Amino acid sequence: MKYGLKKFVTMLITILCISFLVYLAFDVIPGDAALAALGTDVEPERLAALREEMGLNRPFLERYFDWLLSFVTGDFGTSYKYNLPVADMIVSKLPVTVIMALISFIIMTAVSLPVGIYTAKHSGGRIDRVITVVNQIMMSVPHFFMGIIITYVFGMVFKLFTPGGFVSYETDIAGFLSYIIFPCIAIALPKIAMSVKLLRGSCVGEAKKDYVRTAYSKGNNTNKVLYRHVLKNAMIPVITLWGMMLADMLVGSIVIEQVFNIPGIGRILLTSISYRDYPVVEAIIVLIAFVVVVTNFCVDIIYGIIDPRINVGAE
Amino acid sequence: MLLEIKDLSIEFHDHDVPERVVHDVSFSLAEGEILGIVGESGSGKSMTAMAIAGLLKRHDVEKKGTILFEGTELLHASRAQLRKVQGNDIGIIFQEPMTSLNPVKRIGWQVEESLRIHRPDMSKEERRHRAITALSDVELPNPEQVYKKYPHELSGGMRQRVMIASAMICEPKLLIADEPTTALDVTIQLQIVKLLQRLNKEKKMAVLFISHDLSLVKRLCDRIIVMHNGDLVEQGSAQEIFENPKECYTKELIDAIPRLEKLV
Repeated sequence: MKYGLKKFVTMLITILCISFLVYLAFDVIPGDAALAALGTDVEPERLAALREEMGLNRPFLERYFDWLLSFVTGDFGTSYKYNLPVADMIVSKLPVTVIMALISFIIMTAVSLPVGIYTAKHSGGRIDRVITVVNQIMMSVPHFFMGIIITYVFGMVFKLFTPGGFVSYETDIAGFLSYIIFPCIAIALPKIAMSVKLLRGSCVGEAKKDYVRTAYSKGNNTNKVLYRHVLKNAMIPVITLWGMMLADMLVGSIVIEQVFNIPGIGRILLTSISYRDYPVVEAIIVLIAFVVVVTNFCVDIIYGIIDPRINVGAE
Repeated sequence: MLLEIKDLSIEFHDHDVPERVVHDVSFSLAEGEILGIVGESGSGKSMTAMAIAGLLKRHDVEKKGTILFEGTELLHASRAQLRKVQGNDIGIIFQEPMTSLNPVKRIGWQVEESLRIHRPDMSKEERRHRAITALSDVELPNPEQVYKKYPHELSGGMRQRVMIASAMICEPKLLIADEPTTALDVTIQLQIVKLLQRLNKEKKMAVLFISHDLSLVKRLCDRIIVMHNGDLVEQGSAQEIFENPKECYTKELIDAIPRLEKLV
């Protein structure tokens, strides 16, 4: 428990630091809420008056803590461009991005685990060699290009979905899922390749260790040695990778959303960046950072469960 | 005879030139006997042990001769047949106690493992009871606590005791100890040797003790085999070997034992 608490405190400090840096960055960049509201050709007196009124002349730290406090309570500020609460804008788009990331993650684990174990068990065999080559190709193709290929093959040749014909989950869940599955595959494919490679290498490396010889000396067969001894050890680096990938999938969906014309967080982020809609950008950056940090925290906790050596001093 | 080895030869073919690690080795081991195999590294003593335990790698290796264990051929036996003997009738402990246990599994689970494989009908409580008895048999203090611990929480000497306990859980007729004390410090080495001696007497279990340390072998073994470059150089009772070595190599080995009078 001591270990978990330590990791939790580290996580809180990290989130605080990120929020500070993000707020600082957008404070340093020219342009603020008053300028956004009045436009660039306004008289300096009016601008100064509005700044005073909006409290933009207060010391930086005071404004930061104000912003942080309202952020924690769910008030992410108001969009300069749409004059809407940022929270509302994000909340309506968040589910699409999150569902996409989760489905991609499930596809990745469900495929890479059996394939990784199979290739490790039959390493050097014909199928292993074929998969290694396929892996190399998958890894070197960026996921947006994969998205274009998938759109062409499944959308235009096999007509399994209508390219660009996004269906909202609010109107038709089945339609939504049967559309979203293709971008998810595009996101998952390069990641599957990476985690198959890592899992295979990790299993093969573990299988050379002394404890495996001990396991065989007790009369275990290959499957028992693999599943009862090797796999748990081999999963330790793979879980680190998966943690990073879950975070990466949330961020990575920004590009894929463009390719597949999906109205998610990625689209708001891109439009707000081009309109210099700072409150929206700020909120999304902090949210993404938050997700990354929380995922890392979960990975650390899972580590502690799998590897007893990490919990030193826990008793 | 419990174990009879006839004309055992092992050759590795994983490089361009075949590597002969054991050549025409024959010896036997009676029930309840302690046999020592001595020799420098590369003499083929460990490979002989691995062959008996069925742990030679499966590819690029050529095996000749026979290993009869209670009359059953092991060297060319199928994997399934071997598995019935491994951990059940033959237990083995290794040179590296620090890495021979699985780091992510509890001691109790690992000690019980052979029971789970070879005595599937045994109840959980019975297994636990046996494991704790085995842990106290190898003179570990607080066996109930050790049962719940992970390998990294134990010292090298304790881990080697755990290895012995888990190799002996099914009460094998033969325990192979492949340099079990090499990685341990001197005082612990002696404790482990005394422990093996005690277990040999109490459980009527034969021990094949492999070491490069002649002083330990002299202390423990009834009979001794000397190996050099894959060949069996000399064999005889411990007394014969030490008092009247026939081969020069054996003499050299005996002379290499550090003695107090030599140092002074």
